Amino acid sequence: MADTPHPAHRARPLSPHLGVYRWPITMATSIVHRATGLALSAGTILLCWWLMAIASGPEAFNQFTALATTPLGEVILFGFVWSLAYHLLNGIRHLAWDLGYGFAVPTANRSGIVVIVSSIVLAIAAFALAYSGHGGYYQ
Amino acid sequence: MSLETPLHKVRGMGSSHSGVSHFWRQRVTAAALVPLAIWFAVSVLGLIGAHEAATLAFLSQPLNAILMAAFVVILLFHMTLGIQVVIDDYVHGNASKLLLMLAMRGFSIAAGAVSIFALLRIAGPL
Repeated sequence: MADTPHPAHRARPLSPHLGVYRWPITMATSIVHRATGLALSAGTILLCWWLMAIASGPEAFNQFTALATTPLGEVILFGFVWSLAYHLLNGIRHLAWDLGYGFAVPTANRSGIVVIVSSIVLAIAAFALAYSGHGGYYQ
Repeated sequence: MSLETPLHKVRGMGSSHSGVSHFWRQRVTAAALVPLAIWFAVSVLGLIGAHEAATLAFLSQPLNAILMAAFVVILLFHMTLGIQVVIDDYVHGNASKLLLMLAMRGFSIAAGAVSIFALLRIAGPL
């Protein structure tokens, strides 16, 4: 009796965690949707900062622009732009599911790939537009 | 077949005691944000490289100021609902959960207040 551990102290089976799964497209797109949502939440600080900079006059505005155009600033902005594109496109995918469309596994896999590819294309296109001088059409 | 009456079913509003209101608000704000986010992206792209005066002129137009205010407020509402789910999923201690929820909502309200103040200042006296 003495060498039999008490049932409460025996190693219990654990439920499978993230590490044991393959990453199907639908799972990856779902996790990335949440991650981009959190990234965009942090990005609201940039949005507030930008609006306050515009409201505070040329000096604050130029300071914001100078920081935004540093290499680190551009990396953060690219992350923000891609997160917005991804969350927007995948959000539309979620709304379609909520309306009852696109649930079949092959369809969900295909729409997942479409969302991943188009979000990257949109983010790169936005930066290409900016770098090639085709942005800024409201000046 | 359930033996519960419809009234009994609806009174407690399920285990969350809030029925489907969180789910519904998340979807309605998402649907509203689709056109607003597209407008935001087109606007920001149009303002790339613009000087302070041009940006100020753009955002002080009533329609643009109103759309930006709507975008920020609905965005923060949608964000609050989303982060609430993340906290519900991953944070289990009652005290830390309460603190995080309060901090997140405090942040959301502060961000909204700052943005609306900035937009009022940009749009100027009417």
